[in-house]
Amino acid sequence: MKTNLSNGEIRIGFYICHCGHNIAGVVDCTAVAHEIAGLPGVVVSRDYKYMCSDPGQELIRNDIREHALNRIVVASCSPLLHENTFRNAVEAGGLNRYFFQMVNIREHDSWVHTNRAEATTKAVALARAAVLRVRFHRALETTRVAIHPDVLVVGGGIAGIHAALTLANAGKKVYLVEREPSIGGHMAKFDKTFPTLDCAACILTPKMSAVRANKNIKLWTYSEVAKVEGYVGNYTVSVRRKPRYVNEELCVGCQECIEACVFKEGKYPDEFNVGLSKRKPIYIPFPQAVPQVVVIDRERCLQLKSGRCKKTCIEACADRHAIDFAQKEETLEIKVGNIIVATGFRLFDAKRIPQYGYGLYPNVVTSIELERLVTSSGPTGGEITMRDGRIPQSVAFILCVGSRDFRTNRWCSRTCCMHSMKLAQLVREHTGADVTVFYLDIRAPGKGCEEFYDKSLKDGIQFVRGRVAEVTDWALTPEEEGKLVIRAEDTLAGVVRRIPVDMIVLAVGMEPQADSQAVRRLFNMSCGSEGWFLEKHPKLAPVSTFTDGVFIAGCCQGPKDIPDSIAQAGAAAAEAMALIDRGYIEQEPNTAYVVEEDCSGCKSCLPLCPYTAITLDGETHKARINAALCKGCGTCVAACPSGSIRQHLFEDDEIFSEIEGVLTHA
Amino acid sequence: MKYAYFPGCSLKGLGKAYEESLLPVMERLGVELVELDDWNCCGATAYMSVDESKACILASRNLALAEKTGSRDLVTPCSACYLVLNKTKHYLKDSPEIRESVQRALDTAGLQYSGAMPVRHPLDILVNDVGLDVIREKVVRPLTGLKVAPYYGCQVVRPYATFDDAWNPTTMDRLLATLGAEVVPYPLKTKCCGGSLTGTLPDTGLRLTYILLKEAVRRGADVIATICPLCQFNLDAYHDQIARQWGPVPIPTVYFTQLMGLAFGLPESQLGLNRNFVRMKPLPAIPAKA
Repeated sequence: MKTNLSNGEIRIGFYICHCGHNIAGVVDCTAVAHEIAGLPGVVVSRDYKYMCSDPGQELIRNDIREHALNRIVVASCSPLLHENTFRNAVEAGGLNRYFFQMVNIREHDSWVHTNRAEATTKAVALARAAVLRVRFHRALETTRVAIHPDVLVVGGGIAGIHAALTLANAGKKVYLVEREPSIGGHMAKFDKTFPTLDCAACILTPKMSAVRANKNIKLWTYSEVAKVEGYVGNYTVSVRRKPRYVNEELCVGCQECIEACVFKEGKYPDEFNVGLSKRKPIYIPFPQAVPQVVVIDRERCLQLKSGRCKKTCIEACADRHAIDFAQKEETLEIKVGNIIVATGFRLFDAKRIPQYGYGLYPNVVTSIELERLVTSSGPTGGEITMRDGRIPQSVAFILCVGSRDFRTNRWCSRTCCMHSMKLAQLVREHTGADVTVFYLDIRAPGKGCEEFYDKSLKDGIQFVRGRVAEVTDWALTPEEEGKLVIRAEDTLAGVVRRIPVDMIVLAVGMEPQADSQAVRRLFNMSCGSEGWFLEKHPKLAPVSTFTDGVFIAGCCQGPKDIPDSIAQAGAAAAEAMALIDRGYIEQEPNTAYVVEEDCSGCKSCLPLCPYTAITLDGETHKARINAALCKGCGTCVAACPSGSIRQHLFEDDEIFSEIEGVLTHA
Repeated sequence: MKYAYFPGCSLKGLGKAYEESLLPVMERLGVELVELDDWNCCGATAYMSVDESKACILASRNLALAEKTGSRDLVTPCSACYLVLNKTKHYLKDSPEIRESVQRALDTAGLQYSGAMPVRHPLDILVNDVGLDVIREKVVRPLTGLKVAPYYGCQVVRPYATFDDAWNPTTMDRLLATLGAEVVPYPLKTKCCGGSLTGTLPDTGLRLTYILLKEAVRRGADVIATICPLCQFNLDAYHDQIARQWGPVPIPTVYFTQLMGLAFGLPESQLGLNRNFVRMKPLPAIPAKA
């Protein structure tokens, strides 16, 4: 084989990792090491239990010194996980970090095959390709790009609020973008929080006010991210601000306009009270809303719909002139270095399980509806009533509605056991009603949660284990007349039971937001099959994504409770700060470059570059690539008619020798 | 509009009133139902639970005969036939073994079946092909004031909910409302009538029938409208036994096509209403034309 090596004699060290049983369970690592030892230029060939461990890395460093190695190949897991680990070891051994090639024989081989002989043959082929390739590696240098210090936080629920405050308190400038007219998210709707039963509003609203008061936070509610461009450290983001027809700077939140609206009573379902009360076309989402600015519903307002309204709201606002029917949607462009996505979840639609009668029987309610009924700021002032105003004598909770169910969602929503027990205790406390909870398993693993379960039992709440078959309103006995009847198998007693109650609460589970796929694409993130945003590593990088500089926090990553959401939000803020405070990112040198003497200046490459990194030099009339902008996608390399554009780490001799290595049979 | 028509055994026997009302109603709407020549029993649920492969052979003979007519769709009013024929279609698609044995059997009879022909229920045809607007035009005696409990039974929506929701179908509700009837909310609309258990395990079967009747009465219905011959029979034929056990629940159960016939002004005597054990009260006379 022809070689054009300028680095003198090639001395390769090859290492194959057992990864415990992950690789060695399927691939015969010793055989692979033996096979590779016979290739030209291979001086050392070893297998080792855990290459990523300290002793494993030490092995590489020692061999470089002892055997004067100048190329290293490690066959182990995905480069996403440990390429940097090994490059660092190579560098610590005194070599340029790019005299290294990694082979993925775990995700690409041992994890996806079961036949030991075939998997071993594949490992040898992949390793041989890397060994042939690495001979052509050149010494390369990373470049540094400055990181923009501002951060975008998307979503103003408790996770987004906490992340924004953490960053702002550390002196970072934060843009907090929220789709709804107020921040607060789901938590703002809760009465008390489990397992401590402390008031949700008392702990949330101070944080909401702190967001508003913090000079470092630019809060944009009623706004959505429309476009994201760039890369870690240098994102350009377009934010669409929907018109609320009220000038945020001028509105003082006096709400006289709401009083003055031509609609004397609320007429439209109030989103904050999940439809249990009515609001006017001009409204403030809830008393503690942040910002304290009213909003006009474009679909309902007479003036906006027909242009024929007495505009009593404008009269009421008088010389404050905050109401502005001419307001238009505007799009603002911002530059940030990091993005934290905290877009939350939506609740399962109980109508999807028609057997439970939600929407059919008025006294079948969801857990969030009961939450609003319990809250003193809710539509009934904290009184738990049925639709006809009576106080229920008996209440049943059905758990796992839209969770742990192969017909709807397979996952456990994690919070509903505790949330239902909290509501059950509040129902006992407020009404003295008999409470029965139908459950599959009670999952109360958090701190203080098992104790809370104990308290529920002591409070006299009945627990029946079994998935409810149906909710009906037909009676077999006089006691059942006029009641809702739950039919369920009691799997502990081994009987089918009929239990008549006044009110049924469906503990609806959590689902990814309806537009989670669009949001995922917007920020270039991945999703699991269920639609939750995927973390970079389930244990070691729980708030990072596969896109550098984009972090996730809260329930958009999966169902979780308030403490876990806050912990993630803090972690995401810390990850962002780690990048900001370092001030720069190292850029991979896998960029394209122009061999000037071969470039004809044909300009074919210019329009192809997705990052506008290529320009034509006015004087030399040759293409020029800005390495800081180049992402190494390779489009121009493939397209150049004269072959004058090449790419570091993807040189022709590197790729061809790699192909040869895969295709050569031993 | 022309369809191939598979009546099934029930419509020639116990469920005669169904056919007696279906045919003139369809004719009034300009829908032609061409009965298959030499059709055979669909096998019903009994045969399916004994030998699926042979049951599919029995049913697919009818499908093959229907396909031979060149019609676009096959219409069958009995819920059991509707389910068995649709189930056979699914089994032929999903199971290579069943497909092979059916093909062999059809070959010996000189028949073939491609699997393409849709099997549809008259309710589906009436609401989705004919349309409620056309039906409304034919109403000469609106069923104003008549409180009807719409009862679908289980087989027409489960497991194959082809034209309506599996748990809360509304096609018949809308149709009855179009006739001017008052549709009583009846959440038991797809609950089992007892099926053949009324004969084999009467304690269980009759209890199920009783619940349906009692709840229809409790909700103020004057009549139960059904779309299935077995449901109609169960709800109509056991009133004596039910009354002995739980007390009387006097309410008639008729086919939805009989109610359509009444609304269209067809003579009551020709709609098979006299075959009921529990008779429906005669409606007020047809208002004189203005």
